[in-house]
Amino acid sequence: MRHEETIFSGFGGQGALFAGQLLAYSGMAEDLHVTWIPSYGPEMRGGTANCTVIVSEMEIGAPIIRHPTAAVVLNLPSMEKYEPLVKPGGVLVVNTSLVDIESERDDIRVIALPASDIAEELGNARMANVVALGALIEATGLVDFETVEQQLEEHLSERQREWLKPNKKALHEGAARAKSE
Amino acid sequence: MAKELLKGNVAFAEAAVRNGLEAYFGYPITPQSEGLEHLSGRLIEEGRVFLQAESEVAAINMVYGAACAGVRVMTSTSGPGLALMAEGLSYIAGSEVPVVIVNMMRGGPGLGNIQPAQADYNFMTKSAGHGDFRPLVLAPSSVQEIIDMVGLAFELAEKYRTLVMIAGDGSIGQMMESAELPPMQPVRETRPDWAVTGAKGREKNVITSLALGAENLERLNLRLQEKLAEVKANEVRYQTYDTDDADLLLIAYGTVGRICTSVVREARKAGIKVGLLRPQTLWPFAEDKIRELAEQARGVLVVEMSAGQMLEDVERAVAGAAPIRFHGRLGGVVPMVDEIMADLKKLDAETK
Repeated sequence: MRHEETIFSGFGGQGALFAGQLLAYSGMAEDLHVTWIPSYGPEMRGGTANCTVIVSEMEIGAPIIRHPTAAVVLNLPSMEKYEPLVKPGGVLVVNTSLVDIESERDDIRVIALPASDIAEELGNARMANVVALGALIEATGLVDFETVEQQLEEHLSERQREWLKPNKKALHEGAARAKSE
Repeated sequence: MAKELLKGNVAFAEAAVRNGLEAYFGYPITPQSEGLEHLSGRLIEEGRVFLQAESEVAAINMVYGAACAGVRVMTSTSGPGLALMAEGLSYIAGSEVPVVIVNMMRGGPGLGNIQPAQADYNFMTKSAGHGDFRPLVLAPSSVQEIIDMVGLAFELAEKYRTLVMIAGDGSIGQMMESAELPPMQPVRETRPDWAVTGAKGREKNVITSLALGAENLERLNLRLQEKLAEVKANEVRYQTYDTDDADLLLIAYGTVGRICTSVVREARKAGIKVGLLRPQTLWPFAEDKIRELAEQARGVLVVEMSAGQMLEDVERAVAGAAPIRFHGRLGGVVPMVDEIMADLKKLDAETK
């Protein structure tokens, strides 16, 4: 059964919330139940921003969870907070460009990739969120890549249109790195 | 209509537009501001009235005025703003005009914080202002349900000429979920016959909450009480989950209500026969159904994001039929499935 409870977390501006929305839109496009809920405290400004995305074949009860089945951590504070919380058997995607510690967990699948550097090579470090999302989807098989590409087309804002192709590349590059991990 | 990924605040606002909302007066406050923001664009687009007032006190009195003119009107706010509206709420109740208010509850008391909470329960169901009245209070637990409840709120407000509140919380307001909006309904073209619309060619209508003379005011109050009794008899709403064979009964509403659906799922997997009653109206309250379910149960667990406000209504309804335990989180902390499970297991062991 397809069911994943994912936390996306990073500095404000790294696009953790957008990557989460992209996953939620993709789940919805595949007729799955989805919830997306951000942390919205004022204490988060300038600090970490995170969101919880649940995508499931079942109707979703609790939209907020303590132990995610997957976590995407784009910076060090996010790594420190969420690495210990991932459920055994779960997936952790780490942006090693900004996280210089390694996970000590041996009961989860850790995908460590320099997402910001990969994104920069593709033209803009700000696509690190999509690189990481590609790795997550490769590891979980939650939705089809085609669906995510479609949702990128629909939800990338007008002024970011020129970044559509690079974002698609970023998605697949993340997936390729995850596969080789 | 197709399903869309919608944020709770935007969803209630757009649902109101599509249900023929003619005017909105409000003042921004987190965690409901996206609703006001959405309406600031959409109502103007539709050629209707949107006004950001100078304060919640002003906003509620503008709402009161529009309601007296028979206009479909609403406002939205969060705890501190609702407190400022209390005087107007009482005037609206005393004048018997239909008004809908969305309250996205946040942590209190005082300025508190902007995280989800349910500690305005007593305020909304029991003491929204001075004098003897109660608003009808609806409690959605998902984005879809708040959409549906906006339509219901207008219907009930106008049917009973009463104040209807939608008790959301920060989580419902901020969450995005797949949901379906209703089709666009045209704005009403006629005004109710009691409305103050200009008395040319007819007897004048007078709308006021002033009733000088004790007996005069008592008569008004008795009429209000009669109406509330009718609301109580007809408008109790709730949803039950797996209660048929339940040994233990969970009672929770709103965000906590949906969290408890996960608890039911997990508890059943662990072999604990638990059911859930989720009130969809906080007033009137599902006291008869709760009493009936409690009589078949070994124990009851009430879960709230408050220090135990609905708990008192549950205690009154259960009236000793089963032992009651309480799990409450305060100040904007959302209870998690595992901590509720722990209390449920304790209750299970205690009542075996």
